[in-house]
Amino acid sequence: MSATGSAPPAPTRESTTEPGRGPRAPRLGWRDRALRLDVRLMPYVLISPFFLLFLAFGLFPLLFNGVVAFRTWRLDDPTLDGWAGLANFRRLFGDDAFWNALYNTSGIFILSTVPQLLLALIIASLLNRRLRAQTWFRMGALLPYVTPIVASTLVFKVVFERDHGIANWALSFLGLSSAANPIDWHATKTASWIAIATMVNWKWIGYNALLYLGAMQTVPRDVYEAAALDGASQWRQLWRITVPMIRPVVIFTVVLSTIGGLQLFTEPMLYDLNVQGATGGSGGQWQTVAQLIYKVGWKDLNLGYAAAMSWALFLIILVITLANALLTNRLGGGRK
Amino acid sequence: MTIARAPQDTPGSRWTYLFLLLMLAFSAFPLYWMFVISTGDESAVSKTPPQAIPGNQLLTNLREVFTLQDVFFSAGLVNSVIVATVTTVAQLFFCSLAGFAFAKLRFKGRNALMVFVVLTLTIPNQLAVVALYILTGKLGLNGTLLAVIAPGLVTAFGVFYMRQFIVGAVPDELVEAARVDGATVTRIYRSVVLPAIRPALAVLGLLTFVATWNDFQWPLIQLQGTDYPTSMVALSDLASGNYVLYRRVLSGALVATLPLLVVLFLGGRQIVRGIMEGAVKS
Repeated sequence: MSATGSAPPAPTRESTTEPGRGPRAPRLGWRDRALRLDVRLMPYVLISPFFLLFLAFGLFPLLFNGVVAFRTWRLDDPTLDGWAGLANFRRLFGDDAFWNALYNTSGIFILSTVPQLLLALIIASLLNRRLRAQTWFRMGALLPYVTPIVASTLVFKVVFERDHGIANWALSFLGLSSAANPIDWHATKTASWIAIATMVNWKWIGYNALLYLGAMQTVPRDVYEAAALDGASQWRQLWRITVPMIRPVVIFTVVLSTIGGLQLFTEPMLYDLNVQGATGGSGGQWQTVAQLIYKVGWKDLNLGYAAAMSWALFLIILVITLANALLTNRLGGGRK
Repeated sequence: MTIARAPQDTPGSRWTYLFLLLMLAFSAFPLYWMFVISTGDESAVSKTPPQAIPGNQLLTNLREVFTLQDVFFSAGLVNSVIVATVTTVAQLFFCSLAGFAFAKLRFKGRNALMVFVVLTLTIPNQLAVVALYILTGKLGLNGTLLAVIAPGLVTAFGVFYMRQFIVGAVPDELVEAARVDGATVTRIYRSVVLPAIRPALAVLGLLTFVATWNDFQWPLIQLQGTDYPTSMVALSDLASGNYVLYRRVLSGALVATLPLLVVLFLGGRQIVRGIMEGAVKS
């Protein structure tokens, strides 16, 4: 994200012909005039489809959401439409469902982000070795990335069945589950969070590993050569050299997975036995905030309150993303 | 370890391969399991130890999925193709146009507008669904494919990605030479830029297609309860209700996943490259 900030008037790399700066021709033919107009106007024509569509369907809804949050806006009764003042936000603070959803979202978020990024780092460092069939390993890492979350979640739902699921079958060898006393992956917060976090991890480890790998390959070789001479082990190499060198990408993935993780919707929706109820389990064990927003808006038909909730989530995401980015920056900055 | 070697020059050890193979198995396992269940009868779901070999019931299961009432699975597939194709084509066209302008043309406000694009890169649009729904409602689009498609037609990421690629892939001299020859901006886009950015179009196209095909929340909000859902919404219908048969659910999932496995098989190298390069540039 460079080269866009402040550009001094001296164009070195991206210089193109500038209209009206060259030696002035005494008379211009219609053709030259047309070309000049073309050069001056066409850039705006080229960017306008993007900006019009983006303003209409991207930016405007985001701002308009702020207005809706201060209104009563019901899908079933448009006549009730009016200003609500702070009522929606006041209700939010006392809403147990919201705090429960926020708690679930945070729990699943931590269980999914931390192992996800750590494993991705380790896999990337292994993929960074000289390997046979490396293209296949890389493409294999993308299998989960292209698989629809709806489809994979439905598979995991079978895997995490209480009575005959593969997860419990595998855990029975470790003595963690048995036919007489199986783990019910839908019953408790901890169990359902782990199940959902597993799905999230499955989906994104490979993708993040490729992001890291791309960055790792740009680390100059001589940095490692100097370190290897000092007798640094490969494990130390990874944490002392590689990670600090690819810090921007690490921060980028932390930001991405924070923004994505706090909006988790599809996995908790499809994991439910009653898919479209959006309750996140019989007692809301794993209901996330994004799910609750959907339920309030399109099941309870209260769009105003759903908008207020969206704004609250937006602020939370903003704060946590910034905090995580700063934290990651400091962790990586502890070198030398 | 006293050998002065970078990781790239260190051959993978046996443990490296073992670990990577384990991860590969972990990645592929749910897809394999999807296949096993969708080819078997319902008893395969509840076998201990688990059924390991696919059965021969795939066609039976598929026939049931496609003929189920209230699910509209074939309409879902058709709609997914429409939505994903239209979105992909629009993204490629609009984002390459804007990317070209930002990369190679000079105009007033260019830098400020580009900063705006970068700033909006990470805005979580999903949080605006409520207002977006009201907007599409006012436009009279709710419950239509157009409402599903409209918000995806352009992304800030697409413009950013295209700009970054065009800055490096299209030499300024070439643009200038074309201009001296009297080529219009449109002409330059068609004959100079487009041929040079094919690889980037492939990457952005594949990523957009995959993301759009897999999108769930917005299509669910728009098309839930209609008889023309997208394949993901149809799948969620298939998995709802009191009497859910997993051989059906997962054979539906298999069909809805298959197009993307084909995409990965055909364009996997480009996607890998696109993601890895994206990392360097961001």
